[in-house]
Amino acid sequence: MLRFILARLGGTVAVLALVAVMVFALTRLASGDPIAVLLGDQASVEDIAQARAQYGLDEPLPTQFGYWIREVLRGNLGQSIFLQRPVTQALAERTEPTFFLALFAVSIAALIGVPCGLIAAVWRGRAADQVFSAVAMLGASVPSFWMGLVLIQIFAVGLGWFPASGYGNPGVSLPERLHHLVLPAIVLGVLNSALIIRFTRASVLDILNEDYVRTARSKGLSERAVILGHVLRNALVPIVTVVGLTLALMIGGAVVTETVFNLPGVGNLVVRAVLRRDYPVIQGALLVIAGIYVLINLAIDLIYMLVDPRIRV
Amino acid sequence: MERLTYVLRRLFARRVVLVAALLLLAVVALAIFFPLFSGVDPNAISVMDRLKAPSADHWAGTDELGRDLAMRIVWGGRYSIMIGIATALFSVIAGTTLGLLAGFFRRLDGPIMRVVDAMMSFPDILLGISLVSILGASLWNVVFALAIVYTPRVARVVRASTLVIRELLFVDAARALGVSTPRVLYAHILPNLFSPVLVQLTFIFAYAILAEAGLSFLGVGVPPEIPTWGTMISSSLQYADRAFWTILFPGVAIILTALSLQIVGDGVRDMLDPKLRKSA
Repeated sequence: MLRFILARLGGTVAVLALVAVMVFALTRLASGDPIAVLLGDQASVEDIAQARAQYGLDEPLPTQFGYWIREVLRGNLGQSIFLQRPVTQALAERTEPTFFLALFAVSIAALIGVPCGLIAAVWRGRAADQVFSAVAMLGASVPSFWMGLVLIQIFAVGLGWFPASGYGNPGVSLPERLHHLVLPAIVLGVLNSALIIRFTRASVLDILNEDYVRTARSKGLSERAVILGHVLRNALVPIVTVVGLTLALMIGGAVVTETVFNLPGVGNLVVRAVLRRDYPVIQGALLVIAGIYVLINLAIDLIYMLVDPRIRV
Repeated sequence: MERLTYVLRRLFARRVVLVAALLLLAVVALAIFFPLFSGVDPNAISVMDRLKAPSADHWAGTDELGRDLAMRIVWGGRYSIMIGIATALFSVIAGTTLGLLAGFFRRLDGPIMRVVDAMMSFPDILLGISLVSILGASLWNVVFALAIVYTPRVARVVRASTLVIRELLFVDAARALGVSTPRVLYAHILPNLFSPVLVQLTFIFAYAILAEAGLSFLGVGVPPEIPTWGTMISSSLQYADRAFWTILFPGVAIILTALSLQIVGDGVRDMLDPKLRKSA
């Protein structure tokens, strides 16, 4: 058991190290010079050289990487070139909208995905299955920004039920904030429910073929008790995984939705940083987002090892 | 030939798959041939016809420069479909190579799959915008960036299949007969990867069309003068309130194409997977 956990931890450290190398390489391979952009056309050669030295951009790449990693491990992601403040602070300021949006959206996705997937599997091949499977495929075919624009047109511009964009003025109450998040959460939730429908259906179908399901039926349990007590319970392990991973992906993957609704979240921060070539912000955000994903993955695996003895073998 | 008709008949036994395949064929044929024969310039500007609602003259209305939207959707399909196919092909080639090596050679498995894991821990669209911003926004850079994004996905699928195939008897037999390792890979394992890879190809084709539109929307995609379905929507964004058709119809084109691709991919998978076949 301990050996398994250690091996899994070792793998995670390796992946995290690779993520760090990729993030660093990614931003350093870029062609545009952020200093030139920052200082504008009027800057003299000396000014640029001085600014480059100030941000450590004149050192050789391996040195820069070593320096960067050391600081990252101390919890310092560097200074944003454009926002004039530490990257960690910029990220922290943007966490709240993204966090609430992801939570709100994943609840919608699970509330749609799990029941639809379950029904599709239980009534396999019948009309409900075909409808839900078609809906799942449709969900994976709609561009999120397009759905966002359509919803804004109908519910914000047309009916005026929800605000079209933003996160409210600073200091407004939580319900007011959530009101701003309804449309973006519907977009993210509905589109991501597609994956959960498919996954739930597949997991439930697998379990319906198990011997213990036949046993449960033959001892005279009602179909309802079989499905809810035996099938769904056992299918929950993979379903919880996919819901957890969906949440992890939403934290960084809501870029487009956040941009459509102009939400001041992490995704929005990254898009702006990319457009301005603000390397420290891009680096820091990519590292944190990928790191969260890797760690959530690890947490899910470890919890299973503790809960389900079969996985240990 | 007989085998092909058999396969096609099985595939199209489900009516939806047939409809999706026909729709796809129509979209591709229109995109390839219509611009060749129509002789109309999709970039012809007509200021008098700015932002006209859909009518008999302009089936899908006109955009902010008075260009006929229906024409431009057909024309834009050329680029969107090309981006989709090119991305799918590149990522399938790279992903199959990596997955085959990782699945066949024990020693390469660890390193290759750790890199794949690391790449997959970035959300698709985030990795996409970062890569495009580094490479610079051009049509081929978008294809290249998206191919990098989807390569790990293919590598995982191919590795899993290779692990199964390498244990099969005919691989042992080939080795026992003294067939060289490259030839075992090429002649014995690769052909058996055809079906899972084909399924991935159709899905990545669909995802790439969607991702291209997303990148264009964020302002880091294909340059706006190239009419893809994505750039059409993003260049009309500011007119959304007045002329919603400029956003509605290119979006519908994206959805129909992506949906058809996924239905066909799903059909292929159902047909090839004996487990699903039995239960259907």
